[in-house]
Amino acid sequence: MKTLKDVAVGKTARVVKLHGEGAIKRRIMDMGLTKGVTVRVCKLAPLGDPMELTVRGYELSLRKADAEMIEVE
Amino acid sequence: MELRIALAGNPNSGKTTLFNALTGSNQFVGNWPGVTVEKKEGRLKGQEGVIVTDLPGIYSLSPYTPEEIVARKYLIEERPDVILNIVDGTNLERNLYLTTQLTEIGIPVVVAINMMDIVRKNGDSIDIEGLSRVVDSPVVEISALRGDGVEKAAAIAIEMAKKKAKPRRRYFSGIVEHALAHIEEAVVHHLPEQQQRWYAIKIFERDVRVIEKLDVSADLLTHIEKDIKTVEHEFDDDAESIIINERYNYITEALKGCYKRRRVGISTTEKIDRVVTNRFAALPIFALIMFLVYFISVSTVGTWMTDYTNDGLFGDGWYLFGIGRSAYEEALEEYVDEHLIIERAAGFVQAAEATGSDIRGLDDLKEALSAREWGAIEEAIGSYGSQIVTGIDAEGNTVTLDTWLEAELENAPVSEDFGVWVPGIPVLLGALLEKMNVSPWLYSLVIDGMVGGVGAVLGFVPQILVLFLFLAFLEACGYMSRIAFVLDRIFCKFGLSGKSFIPLLIGTGCSVPGIMASRTIENEADRRMTVITTSFVPCGAKLPVIALIAGALFGGAWWVAPVAYFVGITAVICSGLILKKTKLFAGDPAPFVMELPAYHMPTASSILRSMWDRGWAFIKKAGTIILVSTIVIWVLSHLGVVDGGFGFLLEMELEDSLLGYFGKGVKWIFAPLGFASIETAVATFMGLVAKEEIVAVLGVLDFLDMTRLAGFSFLVFNLLCAPCFAAMGAIKREMNSAKWTAFAIGYQCLFAYLVSLVIYQVGALFAADVTANAVGVAVSVLVVLLFLYLLLRPNRAARAGKGALQQ
Repeated sequence: MKTLKDVAVGKTARVVKLHGEGAIKRRIMDMGLTKGVTVRVCKLAPLGDPMELTVRGYELSLRKADAEMIEVE
Repeated sequence: MELRIALAGNPNSGKTTLFNALTGSNQFVGNWPGVTVEKKEGRLKGQEGVIVTDLPGIYSLSPYTPEEIVARKYLIEERPDVILNIVDGTNLERNLYLTTQLTEIGIPVVVAINMMDIVRKNGDSIDIEGLSRVVDSPVVEISALRGDGVEKAAAIAIEMAKKKAKPRRRYFSGIVEHALAHIEEAVVHHLPEQQQRWYAIKIFERDVRVIEKLDVSADLLTHIEKDIKTVEHEFDDDAESIIINERYNYITEALKGCYKRRRVGISTTEKIDRVVTNRFAALPIFALIMFLVYFISVSTVGTWMTDYTNDGLFGDGWYLFGIGRSAYEEALEEYVDEHLIIERAAGFVQAAEATGSDIRGLDDLKEALSAREWGAIEEAIGSYGSQIVTGIDAEGNTVTLDTWLEAELENAPVSEDFGVWVPGIPVLLGALLEKMNVSPWLYSLVIDGMVGGVGAVLGFVPQILVLFLFLAFLEACGYMSRIAFVLDRIFCKFGLSGKSFIPLLIGTGCSVPGIMASRTIENEADRRMTVITTSFVPCGAKLPVIALIAGALFGGAWWVAPVAYFVGITAVICSGLILKKTKLFAGDPAPFVMELPAYHMPTASSILRSMWDRGWAFIKKAGTIILVSTIVIWVLSHLGVVDGGFGFLLEMELEDSLLGYFGKGVKWIFAPLGFASIETAVATFMGLVAKEEIVAVLGVLDFLDMTRLAGFSFLVFNLLCAPCFAAMGAIKREMNSAKWTAFAIGYQCLFAYLVSLVIYQVGALFAADVTANAVGVAVSVLVVLLFLYLLLRPNRAARAGKGALQQ
């Protein structure tokens, strides 16, 4: 399973499925990371975590541990 | 009947700016009941009987974060007349997601598209007519920053409220709508018609709070569960996610018809971020910005202003524009030279040294005298002069160097005679009280007690205002989110947020604004942890205490202050690691999903307003708490045993006063820590009023019969234990819960006690001048083992999170 965590910096991916449940999943989806959306990984923070994404025309940061819940292609 | 407008929108959408534009200065700030979320209300400018309620900035109406819960509760239960939904025009998709939820509540909605100027500048276009059909509500273009369209938006909102025109757009696909219709029919048909849809959707999402509130029977639940399962099976997803997906899908589709994006190249924000959050440059840039903030507010501007306030406004007075200062200094120098004061003082010191007696601070005295620096000389003689005998006065009393100096300076030039001298508040108030012929005790209460105490706190105000100004700017321009982004990796390890750095840094100046600055941390657990740990960092008022101990027991060794900071920072880290693993902070590990908003230049007025709101809160809180506690302390230190009976005495000795008796009563508590005198107990208590009060109670000479180990233990205890009352007030305000406040203060005291205990008891094994105590050592070993266990045990909360992840 390829997750958002594995997407290289500068690359784009499409969200296939969100794993996990409850508050975490809801929060991630509320921010626009839903099935079918295209996400670009902009960069990693200086210490390697979290990551900065562009989704739905804005910038979002997400920890790698949470990015692992997002299946992409 | 008043008309109520609820202002709702995403964070960073310009909601606060719009609120300020709508209400002007007619605002009242409070807290939403039961949570630490700020509640702002105001009267609409230029319109009678309209109240605007500023809901917290939210991305969704989910039942998870405190902000979302209060916003949702207000909208559903209080049912305002109209919702004014501010939408960031440069970020339509995500902002409209909230709009789709607001338009389902059954309350009229007006959508105000903000930042239209930027949208146009980017070459994008929004079809306002089309968009208003998409959400079935009127849409207005505004620019909150410039005030464009704000009045029009308010006028339309009032019109909609009077018409009670509710949006009726449905956002979901056939199969979901079918299930919703079924739920409406079966479960919520008894509710008012306009509320049915919202409740039906929540029941479909299996929202526990709503199901509990409606008290849906188990039978009914199993009945509708079948419908929900069918939909879930169809979509291969859970109901909550289906609803979210459908909303976003609807917006994406609808926007294709009415939103044209013509973004060429990269945005300014991206350009700035290429540098500011760059892999290599980010940390140095962060360090530089923090250094500037700290340097300007604490070291330079803040210190000048604070010195001015302390020495001038709340001291003897000051020279207007400095006129007359040099003349006064010259005259004083002339006087000192003429009377050979320095030479004679040096003579006394030399004579005392020659007798071979052990004099503390001898080097300081000699150094100041030989450098002929008047300020240093006065200070050195003030602290150490009482050890040096200069002679015997007419009444047969021994005169020491400090009293000798006082007498010598009786006829010296006074500040008032030179230039434009403005007397300070204590001087003016003192003169006034004398004129009113008040009794000496009232004079002492007002001048020594109240003015002294309140003045000491108000002295911090300029520094704090400068800090808050920077803080407001960093927050408003968008850099604060970048700080969290850059530092998250480090801070999340001990249960703090990247944004916790700011409170901790400000805490080195004063804990009160530090604790107040924790409000910028969205996540409640991170915020609580920050509030609990901020006062561990040595604040400005603890520096004199550190200097006192270093000077009195360690010969002014340079390493005492760095060790104090090290102890403070270690306490923050260890507390984070320990508390993070407790039940209190367990539960759902909050995801760090944070928007990095576009950079923008905030307006001066919004920054100043934010600075003043926080500054005023500080003045009110600290001012009142300090006023009350100084009065109490003053009473306690002047009432006591007089000539065998109970009475009042202006010149009360500490030992005879109630405060002294209090010290006697509690000093045993500190015995295991190595200090159990009345003075140290009283000083610790006084430290709760303000940490620098410790220095007022204990002079250098009180440490004569104290071992270094005990002194160090005393220092550590006072650094880590409960902060001053003003900071405790700030903790209470930020926690907004008696339970959490008690926990925070209790934890700090316990932590301080145990650390000092271990330091003293284990240290006794190595110190030559302290005998080790077997019981003490055994207890200490147990404490250390418990500490290590709490620190190193696996984190249950984290494991639970991992489990959920692998499902």
